[in-house]
Amino acid sequence: MTQVRISTDQVLDALEAEAINILRETAGAFKNPVLMYSIGKDSSVLMELARKAFLPAPIPFTFLHIDTLHKFKAMTEFRDRKAAEIGFKLLVHTNPEGLNGAVTPWTHGAQEYTRVMKTVALRQALDAGGYDAAIGGARRDEERSRSKERVFSLREPGHRWEPRNQRPEMWRTRNTTLSDGQTMRVFPLSNWTEIDVWRYIKRENIEIVPLYYAAPRRSVIRDNQIIVLDDDRMPLQANEQAVERLVRFRSLGCYPLTAAIESTASNMDELVAEMELMRVSERAGRLIDGDREASMEAKKTEGYF
Amino acid sequence: MADFMNTPLLRVVTCGSVDDGKSTLIGRLLVETDSVPLDEVERARTYRRAGSVIPVGEIDYSLLTDGLEAEREQGITIDVAYRHLLLPSGRRVVLADGPGHEQYTRNMAVAASDADVALLLIDATKGVRQQTMRHLTVCALMNVGTIIAVINKLDALNFDESIVDKITEQLNEATSRLGIQSTLVIPVSALLGDNVISKSKNANWYQGPTVLGALQEWLPSKSLDEAELRLPIQSILRQGDWRGYAGTLVSGKLSIGDEFMVSESGIMAKVSEIYISGVPATKAHAGAAIAIKPDREVDISRGDLLCGTTAPLQPADRFSADIVWIGEEPLAHGRSYLLISGPSSVNATVTSIRHRLDVNTGHEDAVRQLSLNEIGRVSIATEKPIPLDLYSEFKDSGGFLLIDRVTKQTVGAGMIHHVLRRSFNILAHKFEINKETRASLKAQNPKVLWLTGLPGSGKSTLANEVEQALFQLGVHTYLIDGDNIRTGLNKDLGFTAQDRAENVRRVGEVAKLMVDAGLVVIVSLVSPFRGDRDSVRELFEAEEFVEVFVDTPVEICAQRDPKGLYAKAKAGNLPNMTGIGQGYEPPLNPELRIDGTADLTQSTAAVIQKVLKLS
Repeated sequence: MTQVRISTDQVLDALEAEAINILRETAGAFKNPVLMYSIGKDSSVLMELARKAFLPAPIPFTFLHIDTLHKFKAMTEFRDRKAAEIGFKLLVHTNPEGLNGAVTPWTHGAQEYTRVMKTVALRQALDAGGYDAAIGGARRDEERSRSKERVFSLREPGHRWEPRNQRPEMWRTRNTTLSDGQTMRVFPLSNWTEIDVWRYIKRENIEIVPLYYAAPRRSVIRDNQIIVLDDDRMPLQANEQAVERLVRFRSLGCYPLTAAIESTASNMDELVAEMELMRVSERAGRLIDGDREASMEAKKTEGYF
Repeated sequence: MADFMNTPLLRVVTCGSVDDGKSTLIGRLLVETDSVPLDEVERARTYRRAGSVIPVGEIDYSLLTDGLEAEREQGITIDVAYRHLLLPSGRRVVLADGPGHEQYTRNMAVAASDADVALLLIDATKGVRQQTMRHLTVCALMNVGTIIAVINKLDALNFDESIVDKITEQLNEATSRLGIQSTLVIPVSALLGDNVISKSKNANWYQGPTVLGALQEWLPSKSLDEAELRLPIQSILRQGDWRGYAGTLVSGKLSIGDEFMVSESGIMAKVSEIYISGVPATKAHAGAAIAIKPDREVDISRGDLLCGTTAPLQPADRFSADIVWIGEEPLAHGRSYLLISGPSSVNATVTSIRHRLDVNTGHEDAVRQLSLNEIGRVSIATEKPIPLDLYSEFKDSGGFLLIDRVTKQTVGAGMIHHVLRRSFNILAHKFEINKETRASLKAQNPKVLWLTGLPGSGKSTLANEVEQALFQLGVHTYLIDGDNIRTGLNKDLGFTAQDRAENVRRVGEVAKLMVDAGLVVIVSLVSPFRGDRDSVRELFEAEEFVEVFVDTPVEICAQRDPKGLYAKAKAGNLPNMTGIGQGYEPPLNPELRIDGTADLTQSTAAVIQKVLKLS
């Protein structure tokens, strides 16, 4: 019997080709597409794929970042440096309701904060820009409810995700037509897994925010999770004490809501080696998801990304 | 260099229902190949849904494979779930799982559309059933490369070889009838794990591969590299004066210096530069996302298909195709849809429905419409020629979707079965005397005044007045009245939505001929459906079609009731009466709205004024 061996490079090549096909289809089929740039590892891969998809021509998408004002400082620095380096058009939006510290996780609770500063902010930015398609880095392996997500995911007026109205996807043919008020979310990384993302970052030598590498960071333990104190805004509880721990992040978001993991992986080789052995899911580290069964799905219906 | 020949991403569809042990099989494959995180597995051991009888500590596989909260709450199913298997050989499997309920043929067709392999579950205690036949039929229709028949629940039958033999015999009969090339039968117990990941000791008479083994060892029967060149263009790349054309090489290979043809125009050029995923290259294999630069300036647009020059693909505008109907509203022939295939799109009409396929028995039934989840063979006419392949040869350029032009929903999935007319046959004969010359002889601008409204709204009365007024102004006119046309040209048609669509289509075509003859045509027709009227509108140039909505409240129409129709409908003798049994969809944006209760002289003047203004 033949032994079919497939190398990780072959898998990455196939995933890359699929994602580029999706990005080109988005550029060709929509009038005003935008790429939702979260500064994290998936966004960094998306940026690289968007660059490759249109080389030697420039990336034809505007990059949109929703700034919740509680991102890690290193993320904001990275974002602005990359925009200057690569020369993509960057749009940063913050929900004006949350300016001057008016909406924070500790005043409003994680859920309400996320709704106002992420979900509503995103809707505001998408409406203001009149974007008919928004490209995101979500993957199907991130969460169970995502297994039914389309690559081209239709949103009704108001950015509502209507499970009944999702379009069947067949072959490489996608129905990208929209009726009044409808928009499309596009997920080129749908078939990627977390380890694919890391292997690709390593193979392509893609720069990532240094927070992904282990370093001593001032942190507290809250709800059994390590929260790094990126600045002094987060009020500590009576029993909490800030201690330096050797930690890194698997995914990045708002610093008060993103748990770190203990790790010594301080360079790309060590990081990927550690991820190859990782057996617990990525979202186990995100505080906001634990609230209830299928909470991601509930947020998506509201227009959360 | 990117090489996709060993199928690094294997696409697999699972067919079967939960009762056949599908969740258990998929769940076991996921868990035992380490394709789900440990915290998910842990949850499946400890969390229990109300009514579950699985002891805590054992894995409830359905928790790994079940659907969305919305589905459970609303009792609905979203067509397909996609999961990933990370095989030990390095191969990645994209597992498409369509809910297996009987009525969801469309889900299976969607899940199977891209599949290299189908995992077809058969409950050994029940044998080959109607459901099995349905799954096989859809797999054959969607041209799935290999069928792996997984005979499950053998633990309940002491792994009896003779039962598997009997099922295999029944399967072989079915697969040869359906023309399925490659079939493999694997006896398993998903519950105990026999022959899923590791070889069964219980079924020691079985020598073949396990399910995992079969997925690892699968190879395509033919190399896409060796097939004809197909490169559908998705995006045009521009950098200064540089122009490149980007798309996925769906089949064939391409090297610098190779000659290609733009299928739509027949224009030929040679490849002077190739980029694979942005990196310059000299040669690209099937499956790669590439960009090319031609050696000369050629006109190439998004949606064009590049093919080889030795056996180029000729565009065509008449096809026969198998259609899986996905829309809530049935397919009616005569309606215009948007047809898309890859990046290209064209307006298309289903001109006839040849038969409906009974997926359980394989019988072909004569029908006039196709409803949700039904499969049929149809004839399709496209507005302009489009290069489409036979689906049996090229899935990507032989498969297409039909889109409802108003709701934008995907309503049908089609597979080209036969090309009826290539475009070199249909270069329309150009005559010296044409619409313009005929119209100028009459010193008028031909157009159609399309009067739509409820029965009794006053269309015919108004049409009559308008024609008289135009006649007095020296305009050459003709009046087509819905009732009169039904006594002759359309006497074969009834009043169902399908027949009404055809009625409107024919009247539209006749009006078009008359406009071509230089006339001002007045049509008085209920034409209740917006989609039908919009299809007619497209037959004409922008200023030629004047939609006049005769807007009269239904109560007033019923009072007038010049033909006694409302009285009959009220008595239950006219089930499809517009305004009573069938809805009327008023125009959203008519050129003219006439209040059907207003003074007739004024209304006539308004119409005449509109006509003269457009002249």
